[in-house]
Amino acid sequence: MGTPRVLWSITKKCFTVGVITLTVSDLFASIVPVRGASMSPTFNPKTNSLLDSLSDDRVLVEKLCLRNYKFSHGDVIVFSSPNNHKEKHVKRIVGLPGDWVGTIYDVVHIPEGHCWVEGDNTASSLDSRSFGPVPLGLVKGRVTHVLWPPHRVGTVDRKTSQNRVSSSSSASKF
Amino acid sequence: MRQWRIIAKEAMTRASIIGKFLCLLHVTDAYVLSSNHVLGPSMLPTLNITGDVVLVEHLSHRLGKLGSGDLVLVRSPLDPKKTLTKRIVAMEGDKVTFSLDSTRSHNSRSLVVPKGHVWIQGDNLYVSRDSRHFGPLPYGLIEGKVFMRVSNVNANSIAFGFVPQNEFNHIYWN
Repeated sequence: MGTPRVLWSITKKCFTVGVITLTVSDLFASIVPVRGASMSPTFNPKTNSLLDSLSDDRVLVEKLCLRNYKFSHGDVIVFSSPNNHKEKHVKRIVGLPGDWVGTIYDVVHIPEGHCWVEGDNTASSLDSRSFGPVPLGLVKGRVTHVLWPPHRVGTVDRKTSQNRVSSSSSASKF
Repeated sequence: MRQWRIIAKEAMTRASIIGKFLCLLHVTDAYVLSSNHVLGPSMLPTLNITGDVVLVEHLSHRLGKLGSGDLVLVRSPLDPKKTLTKRIVAMEGDKVTFSLDSTRSHNSRSLVVPKGHVWIQGDNLYVSRDSRHFGPLPYGLIEGKVFMRVSNVNANSIAFGFVPQNEFNHIYWN
């Protein structure tokens, strides 16, 4: 029978599958669970239905946007936290480089290479209002679809808030 | 008809071997070891102005084993498509004292590196754009640690050498 040979071939197959999965999830797309309610109601809306409270949402994160780092207002992105590189957050881009974003206290200018992110649930979201603009190099992908739970499967739309952001790209149209 | 099937099967086998090799190449390049071409005057005299090929390992920063004096490859906070090579001068919690332009003034500033960030500087302080200009760098932007350099000593021979660490004799910290 040759048990070492069987073990070796199983190990080789696992290694190959692992390497291929890692490459695909780095370069193309991956599926991640979303924890927390900072993006309610887009992800994890805490309604009273059974399926919603059972498990977290699973979303599809595409990595093709990392070739050019070209994002638009309203994109939902996954990025490493500036204060702890091991944590990843999911938030929406509200400001791009060169924009002026209005917070409660003042108006912030987004420097080159950075973006301003905020969660959809402004009441309970730790985002750029606490840790400032996020360097675009920390972005790990863009969320395009919700894959779980089944009754909320669909694309994630762009939502822009024109009244708070003065963007240099929209000003140049006039 | 059967011949086409045999050819197609052989083509698929060969393509899958190439595909698996490319995936392995990507995983090694991103998670283990890679070679990069770095150039610019900001790391003189450690690295050449016309360019060096350096070997970068991608394990230390994931394991948290980086410290002051390490040469690292980082993604620029000002342009996510560019990578910079600089030296870590201070880790989080350390106090850094620096002056922006030592030829013009004796003023110096001090600050404590916040949590989750590092302070990087080029060895050639006069032309390097580093943390003295854009502030502390989030740890998540670090891509790897440079540990070896390939340089051509003259037209006929190539020298491999370890890059000197601990070259920070012009900054004080507590």
